[in-house]
Amino acid sequence: MPRTIIPFGPQHPVLPEPVHLDLVVEDEKVVEARPSVGFVHRGLEKLVEKKDFGEFVYIAERICGICSFIHSQTYCQGIETLLGLKAPPRAQYLRTIWGEFSRIHSHLLWLGLMADAVGFESLFMHSWRVRERILDLIEATTGGRVIFGACKVGGVRRDIGAEAARHILAEMDGIEQDARDITRVFLGDSSIKVRLSGVGVLARQDAYDLGCVGPTLRASGVAQDLRRLGYAAYGELQFQPVTRAEGDAFARCAVRCDEIFQSIDLVRQALAKIPAGEIAVKVAGNPKGEVIARAEQPRGEVTYLLKANGTKHLQRFRVRTPTFANLPAMIRLLQGCDLADVPALVLTIDPCISCTER
Amino acid sequence: MTPNDQTLEVIPLAALLDRTRAMREQGCRLVQICATRLSDEVELTYSFDREYRMSSFRVVVPAAEASVPSVSGIFWCAFLYENEIHDLFHVEVSGMAVDFHGRFYKTAVKYPFGGVKPTAVAGSASAAND
Repeated sequence: MPRTIIPFGPQHPVLPEPVHLDLVVEDEKVVEARPSVGFVHRGLEKLVEKKDFGEFVYIAERICGICSFIHSQTYCQGIETLLGLKAPPRAQYLRTIWGEFSRIHSHLLWLGLMADAVGFESLFMHSWRVRERILDLIEATTGGRVIFGACKVGGVRRDIGAEAARHILAEMDGIEQDARDITRVFLGDSSIKVRLSGVGVLARQDAYDLGCVGPTLRASGVAQDLRRLGYAAYGELQFQPVTRAEGDAFARCAVRCDEIFQSIDLVRQALAKIPAGEIAVKVAGNPKGEVIARAEQPRGEVTYLLKANGTKHLQRFRVRTPTFANLPAMIRLLQGCDLADVPALVLTIDPCISCTER
Repeated sequence: MTPNDQTLEVIPLAALLDRTRAMREQGCRLVQICATRLSDEVELTYSFDREYRMSSFRVVVPAAEASVPSVSGIFWCAFLYENEIHDLFHVEVSGMAVDFHGRFYKTAVKYPFGGVKPTAVAGSASAAND
């Protein structure tokens, strides 16, 4: 059968950011997908040679507009390890709360995009309406809606007072109810089920071998969640990784739905246990040594390789983002799929190109 | 197990494939491959994880005409990291499962971190005085 190459992207209605795929098709079946990235590569890693390690928190946070806080948190955790210091317990809890806010708004953003991709416009709008409530909480507690600016080496810049904590808890109740309403549609609507069930199946072993991370991996039954490492306050909170066994596009959607409620629960736990005390410690000296810091972003594991030689500038700063780790799975998922399923399948790994184009 | 439960070992280039294969046989997953440009050399750090424990090994190759064998025959997903290392650091990687022939990244400057090192970086005498 003759083969045709169909270009997909870099501009496409389903892609908020530029990535290109050459889709090799036989009739309506994709037999091969060849990705190319680099359209907006920013060279942020190189900037580490010009900004001192304290200033670089601002750069790290700007790697991505969705998981911005967790980027700065992971960077700070790595630098703190090299400096041999630990942020105060209250700061660890605050980082956890803001990290979970990020996860909730990221998953709600993804749910909206997925609803839009399958033609469910009203569900898209409701998903983003709920997301606004989380963005309002982020603004109320940090002053920013996209870039929090709250994390720094040695702790955090802002605190959450008792009144703000009560407001967050009240909002969590409302957001939970709203999220139940929309996830009930995602998981129960017959048109979404037909569109996503049995599509793009990634077997458990394949997902692991391909180096998948985050919801893409957990939807194939692998209970891996870097929060289990116990960084920030996660070691003192109760939770289990959300998994699904099916490994299809619907399972990847379901994992993200369930993780919204898990994050709401973690915020409640953190607010119930947060200790009083300082929110930052004094930082002295320059980092020396090498460490790979890891954290669980909404899209999965992020790794920061930090190499320092005792000066104020790092020698090397390298980020491996979750989207980069999930690209091989996306290529594998597209092999053999129907051409009409490509947009939904690309979305199910929740690609973040700005992260990848750091 | 802690967030910093990790090991790093420098190995000779000749041992790269055998050590990578051993990681695969132990049930590890490939977490990342990172290139770091030194003044005359390139460090390549291969990191693996199994049950939240991270192990890394490192090979160091001369920056001029740097070349390493691909590990994508062992960990298929390695081809992305290897294409990145080729396009940004000008390290030739032989035998990649998927070879983009230098078109994976579209940078304005070809091999921005490869070739002759354009400027002094942190670690140089001036930076050490900061």
